[in-house]
Amino acid sequence: MAKISGKNAPVRRKRTANLILLGLGILVIVLAILSFLVGRYPISPDKVVAMLADHVIPIDPFWTDQEETIFFNVRLPRVVMAMLVGCCLSSAGAAYQGTFQNPLVSPDILGASQGAAFGAAVAILLGFASFGISAMAFGFAIITVLLVIAVAQAARGNQVLTVVLAGVMVSSLFSAGVSFTKLIADPADQLPAITYWLMGSLTSAKPADVFMAFPPMFIGLVVLFVLRWKINILTMGDDEASTMGVNTKLLRMIIILAATLVTAASVAVTGMIGWVGLVIPHLSRMLIGSDYRKLMPASMLMGASFLLLVDDVSRLATTAEIPIGILTAFIGAPFFLYLITREGRKRR
Amino acid sequence: MSICIEKLDFSYGSHRVLKDISVDVADGTLVNVLGPNGTGKSTLFRCILGLNKNYQGTIIVNGKDIRKLSIRERAKEMAYIPQSHKPVYDYAVLDVVLMSASASSGMLFTPKQAHVDRAYEALDRVGIAHLAERPYTQISGGEQQLVLVARALAQNASTLIMDEPTSALDYGNTVRVLTCVRQLAEEGLTIIQSTHQPDQAFLYSDKTLVIHEGEVLAYGTPKETITEELISRIYGVNVEVNSLYDDKVRVCVPLSEVARKS
Repeated sequence: MAKISGKNAPVRRKRTANLILLGLGILVIVLAILSFLVGRYPISPDKVVAMLADHVIPIDPFWTDQEETIFFNVRLPRVVMAMLVGCCLSSAGAAYQGTFQNPLVSPDILGASQGAAFGAAVAILLGFASFGISAMAFGFAIITVLLVIAVAQAARGNQVLTVVLAGVMVSSLFSAGVSFTKLIADPADQLPAITYWLMGSLTSAKPADVFMAFPPMFIGLVVLFVLRWKINILTMGDDEASTMGVNTKLLRMIIILAATLVTAASVAVTGMIGWVGLVIPHLSRMLIGSDYRKLMPASMLMGASFLLLVDDVSRLATTAEIPIGILTAFIGAPFFLYLITREGRKRR
Repeated sequence: MSICIEKLDFSYGSHRVLKDISVDVADGTLVNVLGPNGTGKSTLFRCILGLNKNYQGTIIVNGKDIRKLSIRERAKEMAYIPQSHKPVYDYAVLDVVLMSASASSGMLFTPKQAHVDRAYEALDRVGIAHLAERPYTQISGGEQQLVLVARALAQNASTLIMDEPTSALDYGNTVRVLTCVRQLAEEGLTIIQSTHQPDQAFLYSDKTLVIHEGEVLAYGTPKETITEELISRIYGVNVEVNSLYDDKVRVCVPLSEVARKS
């Protein structure tokens, strides 16, 4: 009898987790719809629906041209970008935290952000347009991580440790490079552009940015989603995982590459938005548990919601928009401090 | 022969850890590996498990040269039971056991109901099916060790390698885990485990393998191998080996304590 009720328990647990995921999915949709409406120029819900429907069945416009421009060129790409970037940074953070068996790791642990920052700063110095800046940022983010992996492969010892160490070192190298570009940048226009890029913002998200960032994001997210159960096994350590039939080196590399792809694509179009990738996987873990089968989709959905919410705040709080990178840090940093003090208490 | 090790040699850099080790283990045998710390027991296990690859000699498991097996093929032949340790993240006991399913599956796989059923069977076999939904970090050390045994069973391998499974456990848990291990060997599994306790080897092994300074010092039934001279030689402690219950059980008692109490 006890055994039968025991057999039902995982079903019950699965059902609860699925309900939570459903709730998170609904939350994303609600927040996305809300985000279409709010801003300096509020657009009423019926107009939003009508403008979207107009692309399927033509509707007599009862909205102004200005509203249409704002909606399709500013608000829609911005909302889509907030969701994509939140989803990407959170899933990359969750993936890294698993593969490096360390809950305090974030998506830029391997230097993707610093590499992107350096690429963007150099592009700004060279006077590139916005597409060129994004492309350079993306390219340098990928190059940085490949460099880190190459260094780690050449080094001896524990793979987890060497990869993270190489990441910290290469990251500080590119950070120095960014400082140098700031030093030689023209203080009239280039320096503010670099500084503003480093802060991270969704304000300048254009439809073209969305189309450019989407393919690498999509590929990376699919890979992370498909491999999510295997990350569970990696968290047990390489020796154990390997005796359970997992090719740990190969699996870790695939996950690193996928996570890097989505991080690089995010950073390239929005600049550095910190803390999302660290905080959201933790919140998701508290909500749904550590099993990556549930944790990965939960992180993706929560990340999307979180960034939508923070972006709405940044739009509404002041007339001159606060860059979202600053807001996420305002929320993320105190949370991080709370986390490490909590971890400390647990150890005692 | 289930495990056949021939002329195994392994070095970490210039340090030769294992020297010319040859051992045969028959199917369904419970072998205890005895030897002081740093003598090469764990290195031997790592070689058998394929975690150390640059060894000389051959290791054949179930008729297959493990050097020629892929990671997944190796996992089908043998399972590893590490010392229970606190994982970084907390999983339900069932999910820990489910991890074994990766041995029989490709890269893009996630467990199905059949694997859940098998995980339950494995938990049931070691007598802890009632813990399936508990968080792994909130059960006792002995229960955690049994979960890892269940995970190895669910992996469906015929050979289990256990590295000091009871070194962190209290007496009750030690007995429970070893009784379970003994039972599994009687059901036909080949099990190699390392231990620090000669008394454990007397109680819970068919054969005892004594490794000293990287070499095989003795290999045979516990009664043949564990002698007063051997304990004195490998551990530097003088003991008296005593027999109990018409020599059904033997125990080691340190001579210094015998002298003090008389």
